[in-house]
Amino acid sequence: MSRGARPDRTRRRLLAGAVAVGCGVVWRPALALSEVLSGTLRGYTGGAPTREGKVNFDIAPLVENGNTVPITVTVDSPMTAADHVQAIAVFNEKNPQREVIACKLTPRMGRASVSTRIRLATTQQLVAVARLSDGSHWTQTVDVVVTLAACIE
Amino acid sequence: MARSLIHAPATARKGEVVEIRTLIAHPMETGYRAGADGRTLPRDIIRRFACRYNGEVVFSADLYPAISANPYLAFSVVADASGTLTFTWEGDNGFAQTESATITVS
Repeated sequence: MSRGARPDRTRRRLLAGAVAVGCGVVWRPALALSEVLSGTLRGYTGGAPTREGKVNFDIAPLVENGNTVPITVTVDSPMTAADHVQAIAVFNEKNPQREVIACKLTPRMGRASVSTRIRLATTQQLVAVARLSDGSHWTQTVDVVVTLAACIE
Repeated sequence: MARSLIHAPATARKGEVVEIRTLIAHPMETGYRAGADGRTLPRDIIRRFACRYNGEVVFSADLYPAISANPYLAFSVVADASGTLTFTWEGDNGFAQTESATITVS
């Protein structure tokens, strides 16, 4: 029957649309690490492989004043003697120097979370890397747009 | 003696994770900036920070020129025993400063 065919077509279109939206929401492309930062990370980890995850690098995606950018790096870890974060380091791509901060943590901290304020010379990529007590390295990479650059000259 | 600000609780329950916030006045001259005469101003930054809890280092950090002026560092500590939290900053040109805070753990 011709009248019955219409609701089928609309339902089919609705289902196809829902599947497409569902796929779009789930798929999140990981940021490609720039070559500069890849090299810096290799130097820091001594060639050991790094994996994305566990690290939450909290920094504003758009920064008004590059002279003081608040950042917080938190690592998902129980911080017990057997399983804790040993070190957290942050590297940048386009400042005159790659290193931003390198921290040593102990289980007596309770939470693997460090906050500070940093300078960013220009729009660039940053990476936070955490070394866990089992020797693994976890990273998170962020892209930051800087409106007013920190004075470097 | 540069001005510093420590935010650490005076009392805590045993095993509680307490937030510590530190701030110290320091220009953190990067060594990449040029002064009024055009010559690069020499680097003058705080290089190391350490927090000791009853003598044992709980958290330490190496700071670089990318850290903003008047470095702010916030981290957490498990309050396991009453005692002293000691904060030390060391930097270029012989900069060294120590501050303490006592914590009573019940």
